[in-house]
Amino acid sequence: MKQRTPKSQGLAYKRLPRRALILGGLQTVFIGGLAARMRFMQVDQADEYRLLAEENRINIRLIPPTRGRIYDRNGQIIGQNSPSYRIVVVREDAGDVDKVIAKLSDLIPLTEDEIERAKTEMRRSAPFLPVTLADQVTWEDISKVAVNAPALPGVTPEVGMTREYPRYEDFAHVVGYVGPVSDYDLSQIEDPEPVLRIPRFQIGKVGLEAKQETSLRGKAGAKRVEVNATGRVMRELDRQEGETGADLQLSVDADLQQYAQARLAGESAAAVVIDCETGDIRAISSAPSFDPNLFVRGISVADYRALTQDNYRPLANKTVQGTYPPGSTFKMITAMAALEAGVIGPGNTVYCPGHLKVGSRRFHCWKRGGHGTVDLGLSLKRSCDVYYYDVALRTGIDRISDMCRIFGLGVKHDIPMSAVAAGLAPNQAWKERVHGEEWLVGDTANASIGQGFMLASPLQLAVMTARIATGRAVSPRLVRSVNGVEQPSGAGEPLAVNRTNLEYVRKAMFSVSNDRRGTAYRSRIIADDFRMAGKTGTSQVRNITKAERAAGVIRNKDLPWERRDHALFVSFAPYDNPKYAVAVVVEHGGGGSKAAAPVARDIMLQALYNGTPPLEAYPVADRERIKEQQKRLEGDRRPKARPSEKDRA
Amino acid sequence: MSYLEYAVKSTPSGFRKFFYMNWPLTLLLISTASAGFLMLYSVAGGSWTPWAEPQMERFGLGLTVMFIVALVPIWFWRNMSVVAYLGSIALLIFVELFGTVGMGAQRWIDLGFMRLQPSEVMKVTLVMLLAAYYDWLPSHKTSRPLWVILPVALILIPTFMVLKQPDLGTSILLLAAGGGLMFLAGVHWAYFAAVIAAGFGLVATVFNSRGTDWQLLKEYQFRRIDTFLDPSTDPLGAGYHITQSKIALGSGGWNGRGFMQGTQSRLNFLPEKHTDFIFTTLAEEFGFVGGITLLTLYGLILVFCLVTALSTKDRFSSLVTLGIALNFFLFFAVNMSMVMGLAPVVGVPLPMVSYGGSAMLVLMAAFGIVQSAHIHRPR
Repeated sequence: MKQRTPKSQGLAYKRLPRRALILGGLQTVFIGGLAARMRFMQVDQADEYRLLAEENRINIRLIPPTRGRIYDRNGQIIGQNSPSYRIVVVREDAGDVDKVIAKLSDLIPLTEDEIERAKTEMRRSAPFLPVTLADQVTWEDISKVAVNAPALPGVTPEVGMTREYPRYEDFAHVVGYVGPVSDYDLSQIEDPEPVLRIPRFQIGKVGLEAKQETSLRGKAGAKRVEVNATGRVMRELDRQEGETGADLQLSVDADLQQYAQARLAGESAAAVVIDCETGDIRAISSAPSFDPNLFVRGISVADYRALTQDNYRPLANKTVQGTYPPGSTFKMITAMAALEAGVIGPGNTVYCPGHLKVGSRRFHCWKRGGHGTVDLGLSLKRSCDVYYYDVALRTGIDRISDMCRIFGLGVKHDIPMSAVAAGLAPNQAWKERVHGEEWLVGDTANASIGQGFMLASPLQLAVMTARIATGRAVSPRLVRSVNGVEQPSGAGEPLAVNRTNLEYVRKAMFSVSNDRRGTAYRSRIIADDFRMAGKTGTSQVRNITKAERAAGVIRNKDLPWERRDHALFVSFAPYDNPKYAVAVVVEHGGGGSKAAAPVARDIMLQALYNGTPPLEAYPVADRERIKEQQKRLEGDRRPKARPSEKDRA
Repeated sequence: MSYLEYAVKSTPSGFRKFFYMNWPLTLLLISTASAGFLMLYSVAGGSWTPWAEPQMERFGLGLTVMFIVALVPIWFWRNMSVVAYLGSIALLIFVELFGTVGMGAQRWIDLGFMRLQPSEVMKVTLVMLLAAYYDWLPSHKTSRPLWVILPVALILIPTFMVLKQPDLGTSILLLAAGGGLMFLAGVHWAYFAAVIAAGFGLVATVFNSRGTDWQLLKEYQFRRIDTFLDPSTDPLGAGYHITQSKIALGSGGWNGRGFMQGTQSRLNFLPEKHTDFIFTTLAEEFGFVGGITLLTLYGLILVFCLVTALSTKDRFSSLVTLGIALNFFLFFAVNMSMVMGLAPVVGVPLPMVSYGGSAMLVLMAAFGIVQSAHIHRPR
């Protein structure tokens, strides 16, 4: 074997250290490059990268604010937040999700739908995120789940806040209800607050809840949380509390509202009680009503269909949204317009033969034989139509229309409820504009008795009555205070009418319900301090043909319900020192004196006595019947049993 | 009798060998490995499991392997070179046929207690074979074309086999290590100039092949190159890794966010935080100071390998030591370039620090050869 010495390696061997040093040099240069890069990133650009890292790990989460509560004028709760229970499942804790859900459905009723929805959501979301399996779960079911917790890994009961209306039907139309924000809601709001995008966040959908949404909602808080790459919250860094929504106190008296609602039960009707001085709405009832809690939870298709298909339209808020021909309750306005215009004096008389020929048409008085010679007082007391045809034709529609506005008809009152109607107080220009036709004298005759184009809501009628009672421009007020801050009162300036003229009308209204031949005599109040003045109204919803009139007008009770007359009654009391004005409209109720006046009187007494009135306030003949009625209504007004939160058949 | 065997009289024997080891190198290896344990403890959220403890056990095993290899005379390893190379080729064929598929590539043989990557073994055995070849080859023949083609073939065979797995990163490392060794052996520089020129041509060809029938790289490999060139094109996909890695590294700042305080790694924004991207965690938690320290440790390992290589008069010893050092350099240089966004993500771990058994064991065995060369060097 040949011996090799280092020398024998020759040239290549000599090259080795040199090449090694060249390669080593190259490596050194590269390492230097890495160090320089590291310096550039960690020293020169450190702040930018630090910021990016913070953006990575810090998330801002909104804390939904607690919604403001709603109270009545005496502090009784109308709308509040109550805990609602739901059952959530965390996939990573549950292990075998199907098995756990199967076990759970043995314990509490779960629909196929709910299970399917939860499973779909679970597949989509991160394993550590809780997925709601059942919402609005009863306390009993929650306890069952809690007791069996060891057998149900990953299943936890969660408590959240949901809106609750403890007065059920009573305030459905006033307060409305809340519901989860829909895409439509978002599209309606310009630049919606981020809090609205929180799943299940509830906003006011109709009524006060919707109109006062901004003050009720409050301000969302925020918390900064540290999240990991998959979005799991690791810890909370800091938080900024939001603002609870403002508490609203209504002018409404919940007990009176409840009485009114109960008194109207069975009818399709509306009643408004308004404080003559301040304009405070003491009660504003629309019947039939519905349970707003159903809507908060998500109403079933069947329930909703039942509500929409009911002839009595429970969802419609008849007090402000419904407009009706005011009928004879309008006659005070016609009278005021004529008096102010100087066309008539209180002593001037008109002869009523039962009809008046206006143009080529004959306009009939409701009394076939006529009232004979009538003056202002008698015309209101007996509700003579011909008198008003006559004075209206002399006054002219434009002056009547102006008088309407002074008394709040044809004017949209500013109260925070949904779909507040402006009604209609027509004049010549209006007809020209809307119908493109000339105003006819016949239109004036119709308008003079609150028919034809004339339309008013029960709220407007109540405001009109309050203005007649006080001679001041009272305007309605629904919200008394916001977070304890008193809202401007509805008391107004004196009306631009002659006090004496107003006094004639008031006196006539007194005779309507206090004179033996007055149309509302039977619905009088006999308590001396609380004498009531009023006016009946019966407004036609159909035309009476010549043939029918010749054969005798068909009586209401022989007509189908929807063709019967509307019954109306407006009143204020006490006569000497008016406290409340009440307007009642009973849809298709027949005559105002029969169907509406007793209701208005009962509600008025309830308001005046601030509770159940003594029988002595009623006429002697009625006391037995009233006693029965009071007993029946007391029964109706017993606190209702809380219906089960979720009726799972 | 070779020069080595002739010089054996001057080398220590028995347990005295321990005293003649390259101790600074040993200590440096222990230091870098310890840095690894610390980082693995940190990324596990302050826990010895699941990474730090097994890693320590493997390092203990690796240290034992290193000592055993070191005690065996270096000429034995030289004589084993051909066998080792052929064995590695056999393993590569085996893995091609029976290997475990992971991450879209056939790379592992599951040995039960660990996963063996034959391509890792290949890196060392290729260096051994080439060193033995140039030790055997008379120096005047070094630059003759025929004697250049032979080592080139020896390099290219395993390179293509690894590329086919497909493992682009390792095949490039094999190519670079083999080429580096030929450079050290004294092959004429004109060959390298030619190869580098051809290399540029090849790169151009590879890019042109995209989307054609003869596409040379898999689509995911092309995408990696794309996202390397512009990470923002795919911020949530493949570019996510590079972007998050750079954020973590940069946010470390001068002296880091503190041990176990790295938000990027602790909150899982970093991918593969215990393997390929462990340097990012280190740089995030210990900042520029920590990064430079590790880089310095690595540099010193290279320096002490160079000391061994230059202090021995045996050609095989020098070449194999320098080859192993070059391998080691390529390892951490590619990994660091990758996490700093200077190179595409090719899946090369950080030597001695990243979690992973086979790479560390092979590396420790290789350093065993360096130690053997140091102990048994002719003086």
